[in-house]
Amino acid sequence: MTDVQFRFREDDAVNDPAVTVDAFLDQSNATAVRIEPGDDARALIPHLERLSLIEVNFPAWTDGRGFSSARVLREAGFSGELRAVGDVVIDMLSQLRRCGFDAFAPDRSLNESEARTAFERWEDVYQATGDGRIPIWGKRHG
Amino acid sequence: MYKYDQYDQQMVDTRVAEFRDQVRRRIDGHLTEDQFRPLRLQNGLYLQLHAYMLRVAIPYGTLNSQQMTMLGDIADKYDRGYGHFTTRQNIQYNWIKLEETPDLLADLASVEMHAIQTSGNCIRNISSDQFAGAAADELVDPRPYAELLRQWSSFHPEFLTLPRKFKFAVIASETDRAAMKLHDIGIKMVRNAAGEVGAQFYVGGGMGRTPMIAPMIREFVPLDQLITYSEACLRVYNRYGRRDNKYKARIKILVHELGAQEYTRQVEEEFAHLLDQGIEPPIAELERIKEHFADPAFEADAPDDLDLSDPDFRLWAQRNCHAHKQPGYISATVSLKPVGGIPGDASADQIRLMAQLAKQYSFDELRVTHVQNIVFPHVRKADLYEVWKTLDDAGLGTANLDTVGDIIACPGLDYCSLANARSIPLAQKISERFGSAEKQSELGELKLKISGCINACGHHHAGHIGILGVDRKGVENYQLLLGGSEGADTSLGQITGPGFDEDGIVDAVDKATKVYLANKHGEERFLDTYRRIGMAPFKEALYD
Repeated sequence: MTDVQFRFREDDAVNDPAVTVDAFLDQSNATAVRIEPGDDARALIPHLERLSLIEVNFPAWTDGRGFSSARVLREAGFSGELRAVGDVVIDMLSQLRRCGFDAFAPDRSLNESEARTAFERWEDVYQATGDGRIPIWGKRHG
Repeated sequence: MYKYDQYDQQMVDTRVAEFRDQVRRRIDGHLTEDQFRPLRLQNGLYLQLHAYMLRVAIPYGTLNSQQMTMLGDIADKYDRGYGHFTTRQNIQYNWIKLEETPDLLADLASVEMHAIQTSGNCIRNISSDQFAGAAADELVDPRPYAELLRQWSSFHPEFLTLPRKFKFAVIASETDRAAMKLHDIGIKMVRNAAGEVGAQFYVGGGMGRTPMIAPMIREFVPLDQLITYSEACLRVYNRYGRRDNKYKARIKILVHELGAQEYTRQVEEEFAHLLDQGIEPPIAELERIKEHFADPAFEADAPDDLDLSDPDFRLWAQRNCHAHKQPGYISATVSLKPVGGIPGDASADQIRLMAQLAKQYSFDELRVTHVQNIVFPHVRKADLYEVWKTLDDAGLGTANLDTVGDIIACPGLDYCSLANARSIPLAQKISERFGSAEKQSELGELKLKISGCINACGHHHAGHIGILGVDRKGVENYQLLLGGSEGADTSLGQITGPGFDEDGIVDAVDKATKVYLANKHGEERFLDTYRRIGMAPFKEALYD
């Protein structure tokens, strides 16, 4: 398992091994699952209560399905750790945060200061994405 | 027109800073070209055959004179003194240096412009009717809705790495001047039985290798659900659009493979879910944006007649001008298609001159059309002669709108790394062959469009006459298509048969026009005659 390099949660680190979606749905008492780009995140919705960690794998960062998976899970009320793993690059960090990711375990460790800059880059945002940030239209109309 | 507030400005400034960092990391070697590529593309920066090309966004084709002047200055400062207006109502510069792009973007940001998402697999610049806010036949001004969508789609975190690029067009009149049904999402503003304005959604159109006309998937989306519905359309596409083959990755393939009905069902399901998520801006935001598009201060009693005694002016006024909703005013199109010229090109001086004319005579506003021309949307009829005189003196007075000389052509093999054949020299030859006023007048409305490869950037599928450049065993070869249209009567052109070489295709166009002239009834356009008599007589003339 790749190390978590950035985490934006107060609770204790989750170290449960993540199983595949198929394995999870087949059995199981696992508390951590890993979603691949082709998996349907909605299949997990009936089981969110007992999941403490969902990893979303980005085999290539240019495959954006994981962003939708994350939002689907957060919109369904998942409040556990949502961890981006795989080809996680600096330039997608703020985007991932906005879609609900709160932990990051890149295959290749990222430059700390560049990553911090990326997380803090956007002072304001145009869209509501369920991440708690007030979009610009919200600020304009109080 | 829309004016940035502190937030819009800050978003654009932040992007400049972000891209400056990315360029630095590339030059330092921290990013490989493979890693940098998707990043630069999201900022409209392509690596072409000879240099970097930068595409600057002109949202819904509207800009003011200060912005237009800056586009001219950028052509001088960073390019070789030219800009190239495109079918996405944008402008491209063909000779850009990577290390200068952050400064170029900062110059753009200083006049509320940017190159955000003008390329890459994300939601691109949103196009619209070039006569929006001026046309006599529009229901409402479509641009406020396009601006609302622009803000929503800019940096949308879920939709920056879609299966493929994604283009919106928004129109609000029966006459479609934006090829709306040939977009990933085409929106037509309509009024329902209750008299309310809303958005009609057409999804899954496009040109490229597999041209498709978008089916309507929703007759009426209320204005306070516009963003939510768009988000539902995009989410279904992002989750299920094909990623195994980039030539099958556009939404048109998904809609086609699922069937419009099943795609619609999935969108409606997602939409019902998203309605509870609070993602829709309040109507007050749309109202705020609308105020920016209020009519300029038209003179109520501007004289409504034109002195057409100068025959050259008369020809231009009749060809290149469009009816305005306000009596005493007219919309004038500047053709960037002089005989033998490069379609869509303008020199820095010409760009600045058009800016100055817009400031003086068109309430400080210009438009770029998807046919690669420039519009002064609001000219007093009393000023039109003066405007034309000034344009004509600068080589911008060509009277050929919508005629065979008003060619759309992609950059082709002269610039583009994807092209199979040259487009520009062919456009030049055709415009020289058919460029005389007599010939154009004889042939009437005839939309000719040239693409240098199957990706169809030159819209050849939608030309009354379309030309597609292909590579045939290492030799440039040109296929001829007839019967395409991008208007309210959208249709896709059909290939006539075997292709031609460069001179042969010019002769083939000549033959096709002769068949038209021999068969036309009354005032019929080329397209109407083709639709009536069909392909056979053309084939006969072309291949016998």
